[in-house]
Amino acid sequence: MSVASTRLRGPLVLTRARWRGRDAVFRTGVAATSALVILIVAATAVFLVFQAVPALRQYSIGSFLSSDRWAPSEATPTSNAPNPYGIVQFIYGTLLTSVIAMVIAVAVAVAVALFITDLAPLWLRRPLSSLVDLLAAIPSVVYGFWGIFALLPALAPLGTGMSTALGGLPVIGAVFAGPFFGPSYFAAGIVLAIMVLPIVAALCREVFAVAPVAEKEAALALGATKWEMLRMAVLPRSRSGIMGASILGLGRAIGETIAVTMVIGNNVLGISASIFQQGATMPSVIANEFTEATQPFHLSALFVVAGWLFVIALIVNIIGKLIIRRVGEAIA
Amino acid sequence: MSTGLLDPPTQSRPLDPPPHRGRRRWVNAAMTTVLGLVMAATIAVLLWVLGYVAAQGLKYLGPEFLTQTPPGNPSDPGGGFVNGIIGSFITVGIATVVSVPLGVAAAVHIVEYGGPMARYASFLTDVLVGVPTIVTGAFVYALWVVFFGFSGIAGGIALALVMLPLVIRATAEILRLVPTELREVSLALGITRARTITSVVLPSAISGIITGVMLAVARAMGETAPLLLTVLGNDLFVEFNPTQRMSTLSLQIFGNAITGFHAAQARAWAGALTLIAIVLIFTITARLLARRSSIGKGRSA
Repeated sequence: MSVASTRLRGPLVLTRARWRGRDAVFRTGVAATSALVILIVAATAVFLVFQAVPALRQYSIGSFLSSDRWAPSEATPTSNAPNPYGIVQFIYGTLLTSVIAMVIAVAVAVAVALFITDLAPLWLRRPLSSLVDLLAAIPSVVYGFWGIFALLPALAPLGTGMSTALGGLPVIGAVFAGPFFGPSYFAAGIVLAIMVLPIVAALCREVFAVAPVAEKEAALALGATKWEMLRMAVLPRSRSGIMGASILGLGRAIGETIAVTMVIGNNVLGISASIFQQGATMPSVIANEFTEATQPFHLSALFVVAGWLFVIALIVNIIGKLIIRRVGEAIA
Repeated sequence: MSTGLLDPPTQSRPLDPPPHRGRRRWVNAAMTTVLGLVMAATIAVLLWVLGYVAAQGLKYLGPEFLTQTPPGNPSDPGGGFVNGIIGSFITVGIATVVSVPLGVAAAVHIVEYGGPMARYASFLTDVLVGVPTIVTGAFVYALWVVFFGFSGIAGGIALALVMLPLVIRATAEILRLVPTELREVSLALGITRARTITSVVLPSAISGIITGVMLAVARAMGETAPLLLTVLGNDLFVEFNPTQRMSTLSLQIFGNAITGFHAAQARAWAGALTLIAIVLIFTITARLLARRSSIGKGRSA
């Protein structure tokens, strides 16, 4: 049914009608794939909730968010209070590791992006940005494995030093209370920082690249040094762009699973204020227990975690996207 | 009466440097150095990761690793990840076959046709990029595994969902760069919209689309979390049948890395090096292609 043969056989009008028909079919087809994207997001929500319903029925919805103790072995088919599947510590772990990651990653990403767009010699800019992008290509499982054997030993002096220096201070001391064993919120935050860095840096680079050249030249013409030009002409203009980039990076950090699972220690039994203690995140508990969830309502409770993770990730990503969109259609 | 303006300068030092000049220069040099050091540290971390994995991986990587399955007892030395490597290519292959046509079609709708639904789809594509892959895995478990069991197909579907938004985004970005004149010329010749898209627009964007697809494939190759919930793993034998549970390279690395056995860890390091090599080959080829293509020069998805 090639087009050429159609053209030879039929009169032109008929051919055109056929083409029109195909045009409509094509249009409907591509529109259907577009609809599929919308359907996927909706279906994700529906199927997660559907699997979570048994646990949500057994225990009240709020009880998941009012306990920080996850003890599947205490679940029985009949009892419904207290809820053995508290998930607050996972939300806490997810937010704490992500915050540690973002504090480091945003500062480094802004520095790296500024260096690449404005300070590095021209011939070096492209190779440098390719190398930073390569950080994003390394798989999560490799980061986790490297984290266990290379990063944790290297972090030990830093962690021990921080806990002895800061652990005794009033108020903030609790955050740094030692001892530092290795697997911890802190270690997970560092690994996340490395993984998120290339994403934030790439977005920041695009943000800095669209800073108005006229203002940069004006700053330099007035005698500003290069750093002053960056500080006065580039950074103020880029503030919301950096914000958007950071939030999109945060969205990524929140959902990162395998690398975090390998270096966080997987303590599911409570919240520790100290960043040097072992913990768990929402993705890590799902990855760890999903295929071994044999207790009553265990699997369903994991779907409750997945559902909340979906909600948090959606909110963070939509906020980040809206900010970036406002900054300019050219970016992201 | 003195206006101040007309007073002769009491001390004439017009050629002195402006105040704080030394300090400003010093700050500039210091900040340049700091930014340079941060840049260097970032590259150092990259080299540390790659170097460490290469050093550990090369100790065991060899013909045996690439042709054998793991030993029945994980503490035994020897064996390899051939079943995982095969499983990775099968699941990613399924994911590519599913996600590329759908992704390209959705991008065509978003860019070439537009309209409210296309706008929603475009926004939700960005949302999908941000959905944690473990959630995608849980979704496919609820959608597929509950009914048909753990299988390579389930893993392929999960990876397809990971790849789909990446393919849509990359394709849409390239389609936007195709000159409008090309479309107008084609339409002016009386050619229908569908033919214009399939014969004019898509061919001129093809290398950009391939770049985007290869980057998505590289991403899918490295995914572990969604596979844990969908293909489950199978360390015993080589499995070609995608309706059965399979192993993948990433799953075998994960499984062997977290055992306490040195022999298993040695295999995992070799696996990590293999995985990085595969991912980097796809990534670097994609970038080189992007650099050579006529449309979208200098852009990388």
